[in-house]
Amino acid sequence: MLIRVGNGAGFWGDNLDAPRLLAEQGALDYLTLEYLAELTLSILAHQRSRNPEAGFVADFLTVLESLIPALAAQPKLKIITNAGGMAPAVCARQTAAILSRSGLGNVRVAAVSGDDLLPRLDELIAAGEPFTNLDTGQPLGDVRAKIASANAYLGAEGIVAALGQEARIVITGRVADASLTVGPAVHALGWSWNDWDRLAAATVAGHLIECGAQVTGGMFSGWTPAHSLDNLGYPIAAISESGQFSITKPAGTGGRVSVATVSEQLVYEIGDPRHYLTPDVDADFSQVQLVQSGTDQVDVRGAKGNPAPPRLKVSMAYCDGYMASGTLVVCGDQAAAKARVCGEQILSRLETAGVTLQRTHIECLGTGDTLAGVWRRADDALEVVLRVSVHDASREAVERFVREFSPLVGSGPPGVTGYTGPRMKPYPVFAYWPTTVARDRLAPVVDVRGAADWGN
Amino acid sequence: MSTIRLAEIAHARSGDKGNHANVGVIAYTPAGFDFLGKYLTETRLAEYLLPLRPRQVERFEMPGILAYNFLLRDILAGGASRSLRTDNQGKVLSAAVLEMPIPAPPNLAEMQRKKDA
Repeated sequence: MLIRVGNGAGFWGDNLDAPRLLAEQGALDYLTLEYLAELTLSILAHQRSRNPEAGFVADFLTVLESLIPALAAQPKLKIITNAGGMAPAVCARQTAAILSRSGLGNVRVAAVSGDDLLPRLDELIAAGEPFTNLDTGQPLGDVRAKIASANAYLGAEGIVAALGQEARIVITGRVADASLTVGPAVHALGWSWNDWDRLAAATVAGHLIECGAQVTGGMFSGWTPAHSLDNLGYPIAAISESGQFSITKPAGTGGRVSVATVSEQLVYEIGDPRHYLTPDVDADFSQVQLVQSGTDQVDVRGAKGNPAPPRLKVSMAYCDGYMASGTLVVCGDQAAAKARVCGEQILSRLETAGVTLQRTHIECLGTGDTLAGVWRRADDALEVVLRVSVHDASREAVERFVREFSPLVGSGPPGVTGYTGPRMKPYPVFAYWPTTVARDRLAPVVDVRGAADWGN
Repeated sequence: MSTIRLAEIAHARSGDKGNHANVGVIAYTPAGFDFLGKYLTETRLAEYLLPLRPRQVERFEMPGILAYNFLLRDILAGGASRSLRTDNQGKVLSAAVLEMPIPAPPNLAEMQRKKDA
């Protein structure tokens, strides 16, 4: 027994055609679509506060429309996605509406929720959950009143329950990214929740494919102009009952799957490789080995698992004022020096006007400022991009900053251009507050219905 | 002493975790992995990245893929949501690390990338 799990979206904003192409070309059992970065839920919470029909990743509905022919032609194909965001049930209902009007009203759709702790925050605090900041050790008290979202990372359990009730489309809120892959593996391969090494293997598989094309040649530091990234294939994990698996991509697509591309994705955004923690398992990546077993196919072995941690990670976001950044292009002799003058002039004019900003940052892009001081400078360029960014509690102060850019075209040094787009807008900042909660405080809530029964 | 770019013997990828970032540095060959084990210490990488003010640099070994993973604590000046830098997610830290000058090892040829890698 072997299952093929393909991931067609690595983040909100990823290629809209990739899921359809992967479903058509990948001979998949499961298509996963991963949309939620650390702070995406705070943006979705903000959208939901303005519109009760929002709060999920609406890109998914566009993608779903494109997947209708594949769903009709491949009756065994199932989709698992965290597109539900802050509103899995709303997303499920709108998904069901699309299915019903496409002649797929018998397809069963699941909403998996239970991750949203915001409505229960005071109750959980009263029950003894301190929600101390995991990185800084600060107590929650400092930001409690400003919390905009608070979501626990659920594991694969709710996905497995939904698949067990014959859902073909499973829509979750926050679950650990790798659990999107662990879920179908546990469901289809008959594993137990204490098969730690197998759960760890599927977690490694999920980690490798969760960012889409990053494992198939995207972002690869061995890139040369000879490596075509056209028609980049999205990744597939072929997972066996024993937990052995390989990473591959559809034949005839661009990019590559090699030991080198898989190695780079294995190290992506990890901390201590001996303890990659998810709600499903404490996975040890440190002894993983990779073998090229075919063209664009890499076998992955050696993942080890230990019992799942007693506490779940919680991602909170709190409102923290406003930010804005703007750019101008500065050209000609002494471009870098002139750009710096422009940047300082913006800030000094604000000061004269009585506007003080909490944090400011000036970059002359093209001179080495992206990582200023680390790599060699290039101060002799004939054109640079000036980027000025600010952060302040007051929206009005940030608004005023935005207004200081256009005067520079006429009142700055010579060679200033590139101020042609619409005026940038201050945007609200949702600052990150990583914390934990005891796992017995919550459980996934699983709602599975035929598309026709979702109340449209 | 002649120096080479780290990119001659390794490739790398970086990303964010809140206000922390990580860089995984992957040697092309076992000889390169041995060399990195001795040369690319926490202290040396911390010195190289000092202008970005990491609070702490911690190194972890992944011998099966010839890699060292470096966790760079509080290096992102606020992270994805609050950092005012263009690279608020540490995506290009790997490019910077690959430009790091390192002493040319006498057995450099044993460490370089094979053509089809």
